Amino acid sequence: MASIGKIARRTFLFGAVAVAGGAAFGAWYVSRPLANPLRPGAGETAMNAFVVIGEDGVTLVAPRAEMGQGVQTTWAALLAEELDVAWEDVRVIHGPPATAYYNTVLGKEAVAGSGYDTSALAHNFGELVGKAGRFFDLQVTGGSTSMKDGYERLRITGAATREALKQVAARRLGIAVPQLTTENGQVIAADGRALPYAALAAAAGGIETPEIVLRPRSEWKYLGTSLPRIDMVAKCTGTAEFAIDVRLEGMRFAAVRRAPHRGGMHDFDSRAAERMPGVEKIVDLGDGIAVIATNTWLAQRAADAVEIRWQGASGYPSTTEAMFEAMAEAFDGEVDSTLRDDGQTDTVNGYLEVSAEYRVPFVAHAPMEPMTAAALIDAEGLKIWAGSQAPLFAARACAEAAGVSDDRVQFTTTYMGGAFGRRGELDFAVIATRIARAVPGTPVQVTWSREEDMTHDFYRPGAIARLRGGIAGGKAVMFDAQVSAPSVTRQVMRRWMGTAPSRPDGIIVEGLADQPYRIPNYRVRGYAADIQPPLGYWRSVGHSHNGFFHESFIDEMANAAGADPLDFRMRLTREEWEPAYGVLEAVREMSDWDGARPEGTGRGVALCYSYGTPVAVVLEVADREGRVALTRAWVAADPGVALDPRNIEAQLTGGLAFGLSAAIGEEITFARGIVQQRNFPDYEPLRITAMPEVSVRLLERQARIGGIGEVAVPPAAPALANALFDLTGERLRTLPLRHRVDFVT
Amino acid sequence: MAHTLTVNGTSHQVDLPAEVPLLWVLRDALNLTGTKYGCGVAACGACTVQIGGEAVRSCQVALADVWDEVTTIEGLGTPEALHRLQQAWIDHQVAQCGYCQSGQIMQAAALLAQVPSPTDAEIDDAMAGNLCRCGTYPRIRAAIRAAAQTQEG
Repeated sequence: MASIGKIARRTFLFGAVAVAGGAAFGAWYVSRPLANPLRPGAGETAMNAFVVIGEDGVTLVAPRAEMGQGVQTTWAALLAEELDVAWEDVRVIHGPPATAYYNTVLGKEAVAGSGYDTSALAHNFGELVGKAGRFFDLQVTGGSTSMKDGYERLRITGAATREALKQVAARRLGIAVPQLTTENGQVIAADGRALPYAALAAAAGGIETPEIVLRPRSEWKYLGTSLPRIDMVAKCTGTAEFAIDVRLEGMRFAAVRRAPHRGGMHDFDSRAAERMPGVEKIVDLGDGIAVIATNTWLAQRAADAVEIRWQGASGYPSTTEAMFEAMAEAFDGEVDSTLRDDGQTDTVNGYLEVSAEYRVPFVAHAPMEPMTAAALIDAEGLKIWAGSQAPLFAARACAEAAGVSDDRVQFTTTYMGGAFGRRGELDFAVIATRIARAVPGTPVQVTWSREEDMTHDFYRPGAIARLRGGIAGGKAVMFDAQVSAPSVTRQVMRRWMGTAPSRPDGIIVEGLADQPYRIPNYRVRGYAADIQPPLGYWRSVGHSHNGFFHESFIDEMANAAGADPLDFRMRLTREEWEPAYGVLEAVREMSDWDGARPEGTGRGVALCYSYGTPVAVVLEVADREGRVALTRAWVAADPGVALDPRNIEAQLTGGLAFGLSAAIGEEITFARGIVQQRNFPDYEPLRITAMPEVSVRLLERQARIGGIGEVAVPPAAPALANALFDLTGERLRTLPLRHRVDFVT
Repeated sequence: MAHTLTVNGTSHQVDLPAEVPLLWVLRDALNLTGTKYGCGVAACGACTVQIGGEAVRSCQVALADVWDEVTTIEGLGTPEALHRLQQAWIDHQVAQCGYCQSGQIMQAAALLAQVPSPTDAEIDDAMAGNLCRCGTYPRIRAAIRAAAQTQEG
């Protein structure tokens, strides 16, 4: 960030590129050149905002959060595919927060507002970024958009860079461009003369390139194959640097304690803490304190020893029960959104009608690396090291907290020890800034204790669903869903942009109106409960609860219709959308659904369409002397183009585990406004002993590329609940399931 | 008072109070940041190291109580000279966010040292104390099985 504004604004290399071959970038996008934030050292050239070429090779700036999903590896492959450099020679750095790196998918979908499968997230961004003029601030890693965003953008960048280098080579060699080829970082003439990219780069900046035709899939060398992740060796040897691992000369370590009820602080007595070993300073944060010490543990211990009198109220109902009461009452109030209203849903018309109410609890992100950031304020300004999913928003919030201008903030994005949406928040970087402000010239690393992390999260909200279904002739003919939850979007947008959208929060009902089932009478309504507990985006966001509501209830309808639950779904999808039918067909075959089932087992199926990708799951459970074990899972997904199959398999398996973890055991509750779960013993994620064996199959039948990072979360809970129904005959409509089932853990 | 500690074959004088957990000695005093903090209450396994070959939660061992030589992930193997478990982890592309994997690998190394050819149940039992929020468990199992076979062969 520090470098933006200090360099001359220049046009994106591909700003002037006309794109052919169906790779249609939005005209709006290419007509808005953005400043290149890169200012490389001597001997290096920033070809554009993504590619730096120097004597020692090519560096890709991949400005998306590496939080476990492997984005840097696949982005490097996308670039290398067209740039004609060896993929393994491409170095990848995260790069600075900069408007050049805005998320084109969140942005484009937001502006275009294209309907059926445009995410509610994008819609909400759309209104705000348009209104606030902050479109380019969306350097956001989220919404399973990184591959959709990079798929064309990085290949076009690679191709445009290659063509510019060829033009310089053509002039130098006196040969026409069509007579030149590129390979392994060199431009090669037919007579064998070769010029390395590094020798051409300085002259290639600013060259306008002709029409780009992206290579067809049949010519791909890297994409579509499984590549070893570039971060793998570091992560298996303890040498990958997370924010918690940043070490600077003279660094001090800090711990925080903030109001457990999210209210205020009356006063505190730190006399005893100040005398404890290693303690250097107690910082008044207004709503809590921080201790700066020579060691994180000494800081934590001293923070616990500060006597604090809290005051003020929470600003939200003090108990979980009161929050759910508010959600239930919201059904009697105004409708927030009606995303779909087809046919006749009010009257029964002789259908067999089923109805049910479902509930999910509040849940935490609990990434393995708790919130942490390092900061230094000195004469140059503010330096921050943090893992952020929204570094432009974070950098601006930190600049404000430090009292310095935006161009004096240097923000380094590190690897993230899990994120799941939590690191899209700004609080941990801002708190580090405020603590660093108390000790100018000294770098401070702030590590939240697990207790602080768990009690000061921004949670996936609890939600209630009221569902009605109509069956005739063994088929679903009516579906009517109402969901009530507090609005996540309004809170997050307020924290990011200082303003909340006025339009309905479609996230409350996302994943209900757009499921690929042909049901003629179909209505989906959302209700925004007017309560403000701390809420944030959590992996798969609204889909995380609506997948459970929808696919459990479809199972209830199948049961009422006397149909096999997989047959029932296949009939509903067949005419609606073939790729959805395809993933169901795949899990049917993979799981040998129609074959003999082992005694004492149950199986459930679920199909969820989210972030552009349909995912089907069959899950098997087994009775182990009264306890229930999850034995096997089969997952089929159709992302359109499987850019790195082995990594996609890992994401689908991990998404399933994340969803099962919440379905079985995770629950956040409030009492007196305080979160009751403080550490993993009270908030038990899934362990290896409960993890089923997982088989994954990838299909590529749909035309567009879909998301992957979140898409296996939504079907996990309903597949499990449906399997339990198959095993026991009991329909479980409230999560977490451990309240009703004794699982093998 | 200075305490003497041997980590990865190197002796260190550490001037910290006796009760500081080994985890925070390693991370903040010795800059061995491969060992991770996850919970501080021995519930997640991210801080697993070996003391005298035994897998322990370093958040629960006070500096003064360290009874033998300490091995951390940095001492198990390096990018240039990988331990066979680290190689198996890379072959199976286990890590996602990677934060818990130091602890996972140190735990698995202690298992294979004691049980060269563990059954699936023994693998699950040994690894039950190590959380992974990314859900890499199936690949952890596969990597341990593969490393066990390498050891036998």
